[in-house]
Amino acid sequence: MKRIYVNEKWCLGCHLCEYYCAFANSNIKNMVDALKDVTIRPRIKIEELQSISFAVSCRHCEEPLCVKGCISGALTIKDGVITIDKNKCVGCYTCVLSCPYGAVSPSDHGVMQKCELCTQNGGEPACVKGCINKAIVFEER
Amino acid sequence: MPINFIHPEYEVIRDFNKCIKCRVCERQCSNEVHKLDPDHNIMTADDSKCVCCHRCVSVCPTKALKIVKSDHTFKTNSNWMPETITEIYRQAESGGVLLSSMGNPKPFPVYWDKILINASQVTNPSIDPLREPMETKTFLGAKPNKIERDKDGRLINNLPPQLELTLPIMFSAMSYGSISYNAHESLARAARELGIYYNTGEGGLHEDFYQYGANTIVQVASGRFGVHKGYLDAAAAVEIKMGQGAKPGIGGHLPGTKIGSDISKTRMIPEGTDAISPAPHHDIYSIEDLRQLVYSLKEATEYKKPVIVKIAAVHNVAAIASGIARSGADIISIDGFRGGTGAAPTRIRDNVGIPIELALASVDERLRAEGIRGNVSLVIGGSVRSSTDVVKAIALGADAVYIGTAALIALGCHLCRSCHTGLCNWGIATQKAELVKRLNPEVGYTRLVNLITAWRHEITELMGCMGINSIEALKGNRLMLRGIGLNEKELEILGIKHAGE
Amino acid sequence: MFREGENENRIPSGCAISGIFSKKGERISGESIIKSISVMHDRSNGLGGGFAGYGIYPEYKDFYALHIFYDTQAAKDECEKYLERCFEIVNLSKIPIKKTRKITNEPLIWRYFVYPLPVRLADSHLDEDEYVVRRVIKINSEIKGAYVFSSGKNMGVFKAVGFPEDVGEFYRLAEYEGYSWTAHGRYPTNTPGWWGGAHPFAMLDYSIVHNGEISSYDANRRYIEMFGYKCTLLTDTEAITYIFDYLVRRMGLTIEEAASVVAAPFWSTINKKEPQEAERLKYLRNIFSSLLITGPFSILLGYTGGIMALNDRLKLRSMVVGERGDRVYMASEEAAIRVIEPDLDRIYAPKGGQPVIVKLNDDVKI
Repeated sequence: MKRIYVNEKWCLGCHLCEYYCAFANSNIKNMVDALKDVTIRPRIKIEELQSISFAVSCRHCEEPLCVKGCISGALTIKDGVITIDKNKCVGCYTCVLSCPYGAVSPSDHGVMQKCELCTQNGGEPACVKGCINKAIVFEER
Repeated sequence: MPINFIHPEYEVIRDFNKCIKCRVCERQCSNEVHKLDPDHNIMTADDSKCVCCHRCVSVCPTKALKIVKSDHTFKTNSNWMPETITEIYRQAESGGVLLSSMGNPKPFPVYWDKILINASQVTNPSIDPLREPMETKTFLGAKPNKIERDKDGRLINNLPPQLELTLPIMFSAMSYGSISYNAHESLARAARELGIYYNTGEGGLHEDFYQYGANTIVQVASGRFGVHKGYLDAAAAVEIKMGQGAKPGIGGHLPGTKIGSDISKTRMIPEGTDAISPAPHHDIYSIEDLRQLVYSLKEATEYKKPVIVKIAAVHNVAAIASGIARSGADIISIDGFRGGTGAAPTRIRDNVGIPIELALASVDERLRAEGIRGNVSLVIGGSVRSSTDVVKAIALGADAVYIGTAALIALGCHLCRSCHTGLCNWGIATQKAELVKRLNPEVGYTRLVNLITAWRHEITELMGCMGINSIEALKGNRLMLRGIGLNEKELEILGIKHAGE
Repeated sequence: MFREGENENRIPSGCAISGIFSKKGERISGESIIKSISVMHDRSNGLGGGFAGYGIYPEYKDFYALHIFYDTQAAKDECEKYLERCFEIVNLSKIPIKKTRKITNEPLIWRYFVYPLPVRLADSHLDEDEYVVRRVIKINSEIKGAYVFSSGKNMGVFKAVGFPEDVGEFYRLAEYEGYSWTAHGRYPTNTPGWWGGAHPFAMLDYSIVHNGEISSYDANRRYIEMFGYKCTLLTDTEAITYIFDYLVRRMGLTIEEAASVVAAPFWSTINKKEPQEAERLKYLRNIFSSLLITGPFSILLGYTGGIMALNDRLKLRSMVVGERGDRVYMASEEAAIRVIEPDLDRIYAPKGGQPVIVKLNDDVKI
């Protein structure tokens, strides 16, 4: 299965992936309208310390702790992609606590959100498309 | 604080309606132009630091930025131009030599743009490169002036060592030091994929790149940096650098700040010391000395590799080339005065040397007049900007061209001409790890391969128009060229007729 | 007269060519070749026609036969003075012609059978052929109004401005016999025609008739001029003749090898050959790269004892070869062969770049 991988060697810590992610999941057509004067809540986040930086998003684990711990059945795994059903999520934060990567986070609407490989946005994940140094790739490994 | 005489040359224009304050401009500018003003929650810019490299413009996700030339003006004066005045202020302040990078930007004539190419009509069919074979394979190296046969009458292969190129384009010498590790890796990988050669420049060959040796030309320059047996053995050819188009007659200076551990190892000099290439080779004060170095290198490489001698295009270039053609060199490479550099004194870059088009035409003609054109191949560089420049160069008489600046532009260079600051935002002309990593060789090499592949398509299209299906039939085929807006003397030197003739 | 090479104007032209060869060395009358080329009347426009015959001067076969055009008596006097300084002249005469209304403005046309003055030859440190070549180039480039258009042994070129069949009649070629003939009808596009510009073009016993316009012209010319040749006419034919003279006589290539230089196989073809053959072809293409000819051409190269037909690599000009007994026919059109030999054993169109070389049988002495 194709997953998002980050090659830390080429990550510049520019944070553009976060903005492209937020824009892609905003359902607004224009980036300026979507992101101007907005505090973004991206599903991919840059971790950085001094000269090292890399982007972190959902690993789509084969045995996901978040799915295991979900009390309402909102998190499911289908064809390897872990998705969240916003209608079922009760906002208990169990997934947030159980994810070892910190890849699940609360959204603006109270329920949880996470990277779904842009399956709802069509085509290649926005963070991969937007990465200026090919540090984030979407590939089979 | 003393008076600041210098007004910023460029201004950063930000469209605040579009700016989403993602701060990518701030993070990506090594010159620290952009900054978030937390009190007013807006992005600000310090124009005085801007070098106009377009990194921020290129990465801004909402296209909120542009750089414009300042319209701030001095009182109009056709003699004392703003640039001249500013340079005086600079020197009055620093007491130093003005430094610049990349090629001569002054408005000298660009002869490539005054030459037009022919096409077939009626009496001779043009050829469609999509339907017919179009050959661009090129060999560089001396050719024997007689054939030999064995006792059965079969031809004996008496060819001196040759370089075989899939098309007559090579990446010109740019040292590890002047450009980054990743830039070198991009060039080396692209050369291998394309079946051409790249040139190490005078900074030695990083041990990681020995694997690309079959597509590598190694340079031996006046500083002899990184030259040892293994270095010579690794390469496909050895180039003696006598001069560089951007700074004929002077050497080089890579400041100690750029000599980190990797470069120190590759150049075989202590970390942090300045790498200074003397102006002349101190073992070459005349042509007979050059001959000795040519043959020393041939001995060292057991006569298995062609030796290239690279010179800058200067006034008596034809006579110099004629001497080199008799020195045992297999290939002469000539660098015109618009050729690039990582750093050169501005006055030299902008005023010394001659255009490559004229140098090429006169050298080719001189070597033919002396009947020694077959002794050597001729490679030219110094601002070959497009496939048409390549075609014109070959038709004027070059065997192949070197491209340097064009290759760097493919890698992202925006010709901000600030290489000497070492703060290249594109990861090319810098040794700072955080900047070097901005050039991912995977991306870089693909872009180089794309560029040359595109040029190859265009070259074969142009050849097809002329009814030529093999590049060797274009070499020196000056009848395929016409001048436009050139005077008699220029046409005479170029050896071409005027359009309409 | 508007002369080729003047004002540095290059003259492209289309054309018809034809050749006949007897492998047994039987002497064929010039009449056949006239008949053959006349069929292709429409391929020329009356601005040039010519012939080359081999084995036509058996009684003078050891001497160089110089055919020379003179514009004026003064040119003739000057040239003859020069000839006397360089050569022993065995025989000289006007070339016999038949006045016809179709051929006008003829220059003075003279023929000399000569051999180099032994002392001068020895002083020159040149071989006999090279000695003659240099003298011919000197006359053509330096003596105004004189033009040597044939300089081989036991062969001769006859050419003029006019349609080829009229040129043949003008030179009374029916009265000559040779084992090999080539003919040419010219269709130049921008010249009123000059007698010297007609084909065949010859140097020593190499003569070329050519149909085409080569796109590699200036690359070839500038290379070949390094070796003492002067392409004064700026025609393809002149350059091609010098190329063959250089490759075969001076470099010592065989005719076949020379053919694989000027019409070199594509690299894709070379790569498919056996390693040894591939290396040989690669070697030839590499060292003589500037003598590769591109653009359309079909040529007949006549030389002592043989003839070669060759097309460009893409076969952009027509050429067919017919065989009947010991006779081989080569022409731009099949009709030109059928008209003199309707009953052929074989007729075929050679592939682009593939030379057809025909030689006298080994036992034939001429």
